[in-house]
Amino acid sequence: MPFAWFVALRYLRDASGQTALMLAAVAVGVSVIVFLSALINGLQASLIESTLGSQPHVTLRVPREEPRPLVAPRPGLAIARLRQPAAQRLRSLDQWPAIARAAARTPGVTAAAPTVSGAGFATRADARVPIVIRGVNTDSFLAIIDLRRSMVGGRFDVGSGHVVIGSTLATDLAIGVGDRMRVTSTEGVEDVVTIAGVFTVGTEAVDQSWVVTSLRHAQSLFALPGGATTIELKVRDVFDADHVADDIRGRTGLTVESWMMLNAELLSGLAAQSSSKTMIQFFVVLSVALGIASILIVSVVQKSREIGILRAVGTPARRVLAIFLIQGGVLGVAGSIIGSALGVLFAKLFEVMTAEVSGTPRFPVQVDLPLLIGTAALATGVGLLAAVIPARRAARLDPAAAIHSG
Amino acid sequence: MAEALLSVRGVVRDYGEVVRTRALHGVDLDLHRGEFAALIGPSGSGKSTLLNIIGLLDRPTAGRVLLSGTDTSALDERALTTLRATALGFVFQFHHLLPAFTAVENVMLPEWGDIGMPTQEMRRRAEEMLAAVGLADRAQYKTRNLSGGQQQRVAIARAMVRHPALVLADEPTGNLDTESAEGVFELMHRFNRDYRTTFLIVTHDPRIAARCGRVVEIVDGRITSDRATPAGR
Repeated sequence: MPFAWFVALRYLRDASGQTALMLAAVAVGVSVIVFLSALINGLQASLIESTLGSQPHVTLRVPREEPRPLVAPRPGLAIARLRQPAAQRLRSLDQWPAIARAAARTPGVTAAAPTVSGAGFATRADARVPIVIRGVNTDSFLAIIDLRRSMVGGRFDVGSGHVVIGSTLATDLAIGVGDRMRVTSTEGVEDVVTIAGVFTVGTEAVDQSWVVTSLRHAQSLFALPGGATTIELKVRDVFDADHVADDIRGRTGLTVESWMMLNAELLSGLAAQSSSKTMIQFFVVLSVALGIASILIVSVVQKSREIGILRAVGTPARRVLAIFLIQGGVLGVAGSIIGSALGVLFAKLFEVMTAEVSGTPRFPVQVDLPLLIGTAALATGVGLLAAVIPARRAARLDPAAAIHSG
Repeated sequence: MAEALLSVRGVVRDYGEVVRTRALHGVDLDLHRGEFAALIGPSGSGKSTLLNIIGLLDRPTAGRVLLSGTDTSALDERALTTLRATALGFVFQFHHLLPAFTAVENVMLPEWGDIGMPTQEMRRRAEEMLAAVGLADRAQYKTRNLSGGQQQRVAIARAMVRHPALVLADEPTGNLDTESAEGVFELMHRFNRDYRTTFLIVTHDPRIAARCGRVVEIVDGRITSDRATPAGR
């Protein structure tokens, strides 16, 4: 074994009390970081997942109709202007199949689905409630929003007069799988449909209003034969949605919205949470570093005579430096292994203890390899850095003075 | 006479920045190969200062130290460290071993610390040297578990393991009982005879000094006497 490693490890083993103290400092710090990150990452992931459970990442729709001037303005002509905003009516995207194909080919996009979305009423007996009619093609829609995972009754089937509806809506109308209800679109078109399935996505606005039907059926309800009002996209990286939306908006001139624009408040909340996490990590790291540095400095003082002897009998200063740097690094690595194990254990324990009666975690934690590797690298770096001052002190000791001390 | 192994020429050493204290006032001293010399003097006379300068652990304020004809004042810290590792051996008072290390590891230190990686050769030489000081059966003991006399034998083995030309011993028998002191002294004497290793021994003990071939006395930073003893003839 190289000399510096040998001496470093022997010193760590010999001063077991100090070593245990420093290991504990690193392990506690690392476990706090791992636990905290696991909790916050898990929380954020589940928040984002539930947000995106009923929302496409990117939506393309027809631009709002702007009022057009009746007379073209030209120099020398005074025009008294009265601005009358145009009432918005449901329109189809012009050439939507071409747009959908182009959108699907955009880098970062993994799926594209044409839909017809509009408002209407659902009627059963005397009850009449407002609904959102979503006309979709089964395969492309499920690739974007996988409602099959949210079904609480029946199954996802929108073929031949079948629809799936939100659970709150089902409760409001007191209907279930196999029952029939009447739907009326804002275009005044009526039809009777059969409930094939009921879903709960957890977002109240969706659960109480969505009626999912086939694209063709929605086209006839809204008198848009062959049309599509929106194209919905799924992207590979959900946080890339803004860029994809900008890209498509620039090329098509359509109104393109990303989930990030529609959920800006949620995102700024998450960002605030992340930055407070970073703050806490910073101070944990700082206190761990101070702990290691102060104990190693004490160790250098205690060992100054031995260091003097090493120097006197011919050990170069750089090797003495290495001895103490290695101690810091080894403490960082060993401490982060122990700390990671503890942190994962705490996180899993917390998840189990706070779970609902059914066993579904209320606070799902997210422990992943990058987190553990990142934390271990951080701890090792901190250990090394904390050892720099003690190590330099050791390397600069005057051997003659050190030998005669104590 | 052949070239001196060690030549100290006009060495002056001052301490302090504001109030300057002169510990050595122009010391001249030659040591030849195979000499077995004692350096005596009262406390505060400059013995340790001179030993540190000869041992290349300290630099003189003025004057030169030549080791085998090499002027050490021209060398940088790194070169001095190498020279300490290869040309010099140190025996300090008995508690100057590394207590967390075994006897054989302590003896390996000069070579291992200098070169970095241990070799079988290195370990074999260390074990041989431990055997030569009569501690073959204590090789795997942590030095903190050895007696004072045994520790000092380990220290001598450590000083001798690379067969340096010059061994500097600072009160090697201080803090030892008479019997252990006798054993340690005999050991050094034997190495002096067998390998023609030059020894310079700082001591308070007049009986030890009397048995060295040459006694150099230093008082108030000046060499006041330098004589051969009957033991040296």
